[in-house]
Amino acid sequence: MKPLKIKIVSFKKGVHPRDDGKSLSRSSAIRTAPLLERYQVIVGQNIGLPPRVVVKAGEEVKKGQLLAEPSGFVSAALHSPTSGKIEGIIDIPGPMGIPAEAISILADGKDEWGELPPPLDWQTVSGETLKARIQECGIVGMGGAAFPSHVKLSPPPEKKVDCMIINGAECEPYLTADHRVMLEETEKVLLGAAILGKAAGVKNTVVAIEVNKADAIEALLARSGEYRVGVVGMKVQYPQGAEKQLIYAVTGRKVPTGGLPADVGCIVQNVGTAVAVADAVTGGVPLIERVTTITGEPVVTPGNWRLKVGTPVVEALKLAGGVKRDPGKLILGGPMMGFAQRSTDVPVMKNTSGILLLDKAAISQYQASPCIRCGRCVDGCAMQLLPSPLSCMIEADRFQDAYENNVMDCIECGSCSFACPARRPIVQQIRRAKAEIRNSLNHKKK
Amino acid sequence: MGSTIFLSAVVLIGIGLILGAAIGVVYKFFEVPVDPRVELLLELLPGVNCGGCGRAGCADFARALIGGEAAPAKCPVASQEVVAQLAQVLGVEIGRAAKQVAVILCGGDLTHAKGQMLYNGVDDCISASQVAGGPKGCRYGCLGMGSCARACPFEAIGIVNGLAVVHNEYCVGCGKCVDVCPRGLVKLVPVDAKVHIYCKSPEKAPAKMKVCDIPCIGCRKCVKAADEGQFTVNGFLVEVNYGDYPRPDVIEKAKCPKNCLQTCRGHEEFEYGKSIGESA
Repeated sequence: MKPLKIKIVSFKKGVHPRDDGKSLSRSSAIRTAPLLERYQVIVGQNIGLPPRVVVKAGEEVKKGQLLAEPSGFVSAALHSPTSGKIEGIIDIPGPMGIPAEAISILADGKDEWGELPPPLDWQTVSGETLKARIQECGIVGMGGAAFPSHVKLSPPPEKKVDCMIINGAECEPYLTADHRVMLEETEKVLLGAAILGKAAGVKNTVVAIEVNKADAIEALLARSGEYRVGVVGMKVQYPQGAEKQLIYAVTGRKVPTGGLPADVGCIVQNVGTAVAVADAVTGGVPLIERVTTITGEPVVTPGNWRLKVGTPVVEALKLAGGVKRDPGKLILGGPMMGFAQRSTDVPVMKNTSGILLLDKAAISQYQASPCIRCGRCVDGCAMQLLPSPLSCMIEADRFQDAYENNVMDCIECGSCSFACPARRPIVQQIRRAKAEIRNSLNHKKK
Repeated sequence: MGSTIFLSAVVLIGIGLILGAAIGVVYKFFEVPVDPRVELLLELLPGVNCGGCGRAGCADFARALIGGEAAPAKCPVASQEVVAQLAQVLGVEIGRAAKQVAVILCGGDLTHAKGQMLYNGVDDCISASQVAGGPKGCRYGCLGMGSCARACPFEAIGIVNGLAVVHNEYCVGCGKCVDVCPRGLVKLVPVDAKVHIYCKSPEKAPAKMKVCDIPCIGCRKCVKAADEGQFTVNGFLVEVNYGDYPRPDVIEKAKCPKNCLQTCRGHEEFEYGKSIGESA
């Protein structure tokens, strides 16, 4: 492979899994899933307030019709993934293990579009119009957090934002959805990036990509001039795509403790979000489908699929040919930060970047042993914390000490647990400490 | 040679006398008056510093007793005789505080509650409840990771077959376990209330029956069998009214179809002081 002619940047520390599993689905082109009989759209998909449902059971809906309207500023609209009839609003297994309210739609097979908002000429309309369209089309961060995109684009006026970073790092092992999107929908990614830059009113817009996606970098470089979007290469290191790490790698700025990217003049959006924005602005298409990687060793034909929001995971797995052997674990998202599921009835959501099955042998079933002070977690911590002493403090219920040692800065990327030869569940302990500390802080406020 | 030893001895004894006199003077003039009753009370109090009285420890409680801010019966650990002795030392009334014990309102042990996943993480209830809603199917039930048992200063809680149970004889009702349960299943009840409904799930009966063999399905057989007001019905969940609790014979009369109406049980199965280790 010939060397790339771009700057390669990185954050400090981090880990890299030797076999990142991306080869399973890297070369499989995006395929569009056939129409299913039934879709179940979870109402509370975004961070913030869940939207207000505006349809009733028995009602006929068209594809792209509004199902739920935003109930506040930090809230995103929901649209029907296909045309059909609303069966009802029911409780289904949610992605966090607790039942979630969902709108069940029985498809009529026609997949007919309803009335869509008119296309906008993004170069002439104002940033506010673009933001309003992004909210209207229900666009949220598609990298995993599902934070409503229009909120990110509207930082407080006293904070000067000068840099829009489009996150194409895809540093999670196994996932290849963003990679395929950048390769196959290069133009939409760049167009979306330019629109996002215009909406936020920033001068510099860059797409940042890990160098293991050299073909995507080349494809983007070839066209980036037309849209005045920069391309930056990044070292293959986890968690390169985490917001704070990405900002440090690209700009050298450090987001302060408890701060947001806007505090250092940056906004980060995922490449999937950029494509959705391009569709929403130039075609009025709401966010009703996304590219998801269905992968893992037990999957017969791992690949990248364009799935409608609301597709049950069990149906998605059928698309990938089912499973070869009994899997040990089902994860939505990547193996490092995704959420383990207990039911295959969970539907695909706007932020489901991957459906991952892991073999029984791949799951750690070791008993945690005492810390041997090797310091590998310290070398791996992307936030430059000291995970080993934190872990020991939390084990002894010393939450105040953990708080003073900045446990709240942890981004829960999992590098420390990954690196730990004693198999200590450090991230889980830190999550517990954060919950305990938040509880006691709430108590104090009262 | 001899004179050197003599001289040093004289100097040291001299210094000793001077400093001793100084200490004596300081002790006399800077004396902090301590109520002699504090010592006496501390000898009577259990000395475990559990905090069940709401004070920082036994010494703090003793000071509060002398200051008249607390009544002797506020100590949940002390026996009736000790409380009487405390009152005698102070020359006050015993004060009224019904002795309480903790009860964990879930009957879903590993035999009765269906598990939904294999949990392989931190042995702690809060951690377990954060992972996909916890290892058991019922998201209101006892997680059985023993956070309450570890919090108990008297080792009165044990994990028997994946379920936390309280040993009535060891429980003093200090209430330390109440706050640590992420499911809020621990309740302090009067020691004489012997009948409990071991379920706290507000879900609909069919949903509960899917994940547990012994849930309260809200059939109200117990309500009919008992006097009025002894149970309160709350949707699909019946709760014992601990202000006016039913007598144990209600169990016989009610014929609870799901066996969630029971007296305290399970505690016979755990050995005092070895409660957590063997469960793992």
